[in-house]
Amino acid sequence: MSSRFDARSRSVLGLADDALIASHRLSEWVARAPELEEDIALANVALDLLGQARLLLAHAGQMQVPALNEDQLAYERPIEEFRNAVMLERPNGDFAATMARMLLFSAYQYQLYSGLSGCADPQLAAIAGKAVKEVEYHRDHAAGWVVRLGDGTEESHQRMQAGLDAEWSGFTRLFVDWIRDDVIAAGEAIFPPWLREPVVHWLEPVLERATLEHPEVTLIREPGTREPGRNGAHTDDLIDILARMREVRAAHPGASW
Amino acid sequence: MTSFESAIAEGARIEPRDAMPEDYRATLIRQIAQHAHSEIIGMQPEGAWITRAPSLRRKAILLAKVQDEAGHGLYLYAAAETLGVARSELYDALLTGRQKYSSIFNYPTLTWADVGTIGWLVDGAAIVNQVPLCRCSYGPYARGMVRICKEESFHQRQGFESLLALSNGTPGQHAMAQDAVNRWWWPSLMMFGPPDTDSPHSARSTAWGIKRFSNDTLRQRFVDMVVPQAEVLGLSLPDPDLRFDEGRGSWDFGPVDFTELREVVAGNGPCNAERLAHRRAAEDDGAWVREAARVHAAKQVRRGAA
Repeated sequence: MSSRFDARSRSVLGLADDALIASHRLSEWVARAPELEEDIALANVALDLLGQARLLLAHAGQMQVPALNEDQLAYERPIEEFRNAVMLERPNGDFAATMARMLLFSAYQYQLYSGLSGCADPQLAAIAGKAVKEVEYHRDHAAGWVVRLGDGTEESHQRMQAGLDAEWSGFTRLFVDWIRDDVIAAGEAIFPPWLREPVVHWLEPVLERATLEHPEVTLIREPGTREPGRNGAHTDDLIDILARMREVRAAHPGASW
Repeated sequence: MTSFESAIAEGARIEPRDAMPEDYRATLIRQIAQHAHSEIIGMQPEGAWITRAPSLRRKAILLAKVQDEAGHGLYLYAAAETLGVARSELYDALLTGRQKYSSIFNYPTLTWADVGTIGWLVDGAAIVNQVPLCRCSYGPYARGMVRICKEESFHQRQGFESLLALSNGTPGQHAMAQDAVNRWWWPSLMMFGPPDTDSPHSARSTAWGIKRFSNDTLRQRFVDMVVPQAEVLGLSLPDPDLRFDEGRGSWDFGPVDFTELREVVAGNGPCNAERLAHRRAAEDDGAWVREAARVHAAKQVRRGAA
């Protein structure tokens, strides 16, 4: 699919859209969490992710001529220009599935931002350096729940295993190579397959303490095709998210807020 | 004179381990719990707009605000716990209707402008009600209120600013802001409770240093604070009787419909059933999670002992 954004912008938009869409889904939990402390924690994680999305969108926007601002990119960009991973747009499922997604996604983000904090794009490196501290907390928070639920009651174990199973194939797709070689060669992005081993290495002891098993998923990808989500092809779930996100603005064209 | 009475007479703080009359304890539990419940029920009407906020900056502000409300709920439940009641008992009292929350949250949030209006009027009224509580005779409550009031005043400024952007925006945005103010104005005045002539707990709460000012005094203080702000906003308040009384140095306002307040408190407001059903569903849906956490913690203790 052609895009008005160049490969370098698309790579930053992938990071931004992951954070934006993950934040949206987590914010759906607000006032619905199993404990008041968890309402605070989920809102906090959603807020961190939103903060990351805003910085990354602003950075991607600055790369355009003329420049675009965060709201133009979040509210006015066509859906086929969104570059988030498909796993993040799916509905939350239960609390176990939400914690599975948070664990897998934040473990990935942790390695990604760690790598990017030393990358050749100084602005991106600064954003990643700030974000890595936040996602470390998200990862630990999710790990705490995954262990508690995995090694809790019979019911919680089953739900936690089901949540992990449901999120795992999307998780493996985070490591698909979708960024153009020259952006990686310039040191402005991390080659996604490199992240897989350290992320899984970190996850294994957590899953072991949780008495959970991760499914083996073989990536099914036809040669020559591009990765869904990363190539702008999305599910109806993202249509729903964007329709809701844009509802107020759509009713007041041209207004400022 | 008991130690409690002399402490109250001297304006000293009562602390959790101090002797206190059972009625004092019960009054505080009722009031602090009602306040805590209001914070967590209040997350619903605003929380519903987080995913729809019309800019990322407004979204971040709203998300942080709703998170603060959960935090306020937490301090307040913790303050109530110092009086010997568990959070789970208070939740139960909320869900079974034995304890109330502020009637204001039984009104619906129909448009985005309601978010700014709640910040401006509802948080504004809450501040006027709560600032005197920073000097309340019960230490944990008073100290909790200091922090809560700081955050509430931040929320009120943000609400005002959000509403100002709407009022100065397109004709459609301005109309939406005016409509929201029209709907929230009278319920905000009701937040100060029944008139002084009909306020059953007031005299005793005042004697105990829990309450510092009467409902009508605080209501007047709120009106006097907000009328000039409405002028800056360029929005009108839906009260034809509103006029400045030079003699009193205060704004006169029309009669508040306390029948409506009684009806809403009695459970007949537009959203009472919805708010409690939402809270109950969150409790029920999370029961297996809390049970798992308990079981896991017990396993950890056993493993530690082994």
